[in-house]
Amino acid sequence: MSSLRQIAFYGKGGIGKSTTSQNTLAALAELGQKILIVGCDPKADSTRLILHAKAQDTILSLAAAAGSVEDLELEDVMKIGFRDIRCVESGGPEPGVGCAGRGVITSINFLEENGAYDDTDYVSYDVLGDVVCGGFAMPIRENKAQEIYIVMSGEMMAMYAANNISKGILKYANSGGVRLGGLVCNERQTDKELELAESLAAKLGTKLIYFVPRDNVVQHAELRRMTVVEYAPESQQAQHYRNLATRIHNNAGNGTIPTPITMDELEDLLMEHGIMQQVDEAIVGKTAAELAVG
Amino acid sequence: MSVAESESVAEIKARNKELIQEVLKVYPEKTAKRRAKHLNVHEAGKSDCGVKSNIKSIPGVMTIRGCAYAGSKGVVWGPIKDMIHISHGPVGCGQYSWASRRNYYIGTTGIDTFVTMQFTSDFQEKDIVFGGDKKLAKIMDEIQDLFPLNNGITVQSECPIGLIGDDIEAVSKAKAKEFGGKTIVPVRCEGFRGVSQSLGHHIANDAVRDYVFDKLDPNKPALFESTPYDVAIIGDYNIGGDAWSSRILLEEMGLRVIAQWSGDGSLAELENTPKAKLNVLHCYRSMNYISRHMEEKFGIPWCEYNFFGPSKIAESLRKIASFFDDHVKEGAERVIAKYQPLMDAVIAKYRPRLEGKKVMLYVGGLRPRHVIGAYEDLGMEVVGTGYEFAHNDDYQRTAQHYVKDGTLIYDDVTGYEFEKFVEKIQPDLVGSGIKEKYVFQKMGVPFRQMHSWDYSGPYHGYDGFAIFARDMDMAINAPVWKMAKAPWKNDDKSKLLAAE
Repeated sequence: MSSLRQIAFYGKGGIGKSTTSQNTLAALAELGQKILIVGCDPKADSTRLILHAKAQDTILSLAAAAGSVEDLELEDVMKIGFRDIRCVESGGPEPGVGCAGRGVITSINFLEENGAYDDTDYVSYDVLGDVVCGGFAMPIRENKAQEIYIVMSGEMMAMYAANNISKGILKYANSGGVRLGGLVCNERQTDKELELAESLAAKLGTKLIYFVPRDNVVQHAELRRMTVVEYAPESQQAQHYRNLATRIHNNAGNGTIPTPITMDELEDLLMEHGIMQQVDEAIVGKTAAELAVG
Repeated sequence: MSVAESESVAEIKARNKELIQEVLKVYPEKTAKRRAKHLNVHEAGKSDCGVKSNIKSIPGVMTIRGCAYAGSKGVVWGPIKDMIHISHGPVGCGQYSWASRRNYYIGTTGIDTFVTMQFTSDFQEKDIVFGGDKKLAKIMDEIQDLFPLNNGITVQSECPIGLIGDDIEAVSKAKAKEFGGKTIVPVRCEGFRGVSQSLGHHIANDAVRDYVFDKLDPNKPALFESTPYDVAIIGDYNIGGDAWSSRILLEEMGLRVIAQWSGDGSLAELENTPKAKLNVLHCYRSMNYISRHMEEKFGIPWCEYNFFGPSKIAESLRKIASFFDDHVKEGAERVIAKYQPLMDAVIAKYRPRLEGKKVMLYVGGLRPRHVIGAYEDLGMEVVGTGYEFAHNDDYQRTAQHYVKDGTLIYDDVTGYEFEKFVEKIQPDLVGSGIKEKYVFQKMGVPFRQMHSWDYSGPYHGYDGFAIFARDMDMAINAPVWKMAKAPWKNDDKSKLLAAE
């Protein structure tokens, strides 16, 4: 138990968190690690590529059917996928009803109380894009994930989200000991992407753990509900994920307390790299028509 | 027992001011600064009592206040007897508000009336996570099946309802339609809203406006024949039968009471009230909102009254009669005259036993001022008073019509302050609630619960005054207090000491 490593993947919605995390964890499993994935997204798609199916029996849906979470057994919710990776999905309500954040808290407490973490090397939490309330911050609280990996890209909003998540980590770093493991850049082929990602990592007081290049094979694998590591183990992309897995594996204890920056600093960073032009304050808030007259 | 017996007003004022400074000393600087605004000594001639009110209580102190749910479910809606009030949320709020505030009613409980029953959605974890709307709909179905004679349903929201964004309005609307136009009232009285139960009263009043008055069909023929003498009793919760002992006086003077809000009240009474000629308002704090609305929308005047003690009753009967013709005015005089011998007998019996006794009060909506006259009719003196959740207009009424120069005023008093004040002032009686009762009795102070009338009552009206006088005598002159002093402490002036 003492060697149990708990990590979590955060990042802007649609950035490829679930794809990146599942591929990386599949590669870690190849290295002989015993892995548990805890999906903390009400959409329950954090384990789809490992299980080759969307998990139907989430903790919360089963609990609702049975009456309460106390009526569940671990076996009811735990599914085994690629290379014996164990998968659970928290699940949650339909969009627009109830409290999904409370659902995450309920699920994680259930897993801990029922010994889901016994005989495991890695627990990985996959959390939905925006940490909108305390419930979704559950995995970074005390005695949960020790290292957070932020999946991002060279897009402005992805970097903005990475900075925001760093703020969340900073809040809990002092009280609970969570650390920022590093950034994982999922290439979007924006201008000077690698350079930007490295600069942002430096500003946040962390490092770019890996730059995952874009490759269509990821799409092909996803269509088959598989990870690249399983679908095309000989591919170059699979090797990239193995490299990322090795980096994360060797990164134990190297996490840092992040130093989030202000919005202005973030914009300065983009200007430094020539991504954004210096904005003339005089044009802010002016419509096209007004500018034409001026 | 009082040590304040021979003091002049100036001395009392100085003593009370010093006392306020003394209690403030134990607080941290910021807390002391904030609490100082809620404590004062009344100066005769001022328009209010010189205290701030309706402000958030300070964390760390023991406040006596309730929440918005308490204000709506416990006070305003709960006594409406033929409707079923669902405590919507986890079970605790419903459990602890079970069985009402002794709002007496006539009816067969569980058949056509439901006040002392408790209906709750008993939220579980899954209801929080997945939302409780489906459960709410199911509860309404069950209510219809099990209690077919209910005349309506209200949904009293507990805190989580507002946090998880349940759409109780949509459920209520759908079920109202399904049940053939039944009145179903969603009430957004989540406990975290506002600073006390006061906002709950307001929200509940607004719910009556939106879901009872606004749904009335103006073309529907009246179900009863109006008379020029129709009045509605507003803000009497019939605690221990208060509204009944009030109602008979209005009827005896020639008025017809068409509705009681909300003690022993029904949905039909709420619906009929827009036809009243005058709304007579007892608890201003909890029902002034709907009274003002009825004045604006239906042109019904309203008039505050006070039925505690013969002096205030006579004053109030005349004030109410002034809105009507000579027939009613004569009726008021006839009623006052009729009960005068009874009042004389009560006062003759109890005043000698109670003369000069000092009282400190701390209650809710209207009683910190309204009962002062009743004590004075018995020769007693209220030396300190305060409200849990008053607004400034309550303190204006208190200052202009009730308290004497030099009275100690404490708004949203903390447990510590109240104990310390009583210890220093050494009153002969404290009137407050169940949470305070045993603290003061253990200090050796006679105590009466002034929310529930200590399981007695009614205290309103002439009949009520006789019971009030008996109860105060019983509390103050019980032989037990003579035994509360330790035999080795044989100094003349026994002192009440707060437990520290």
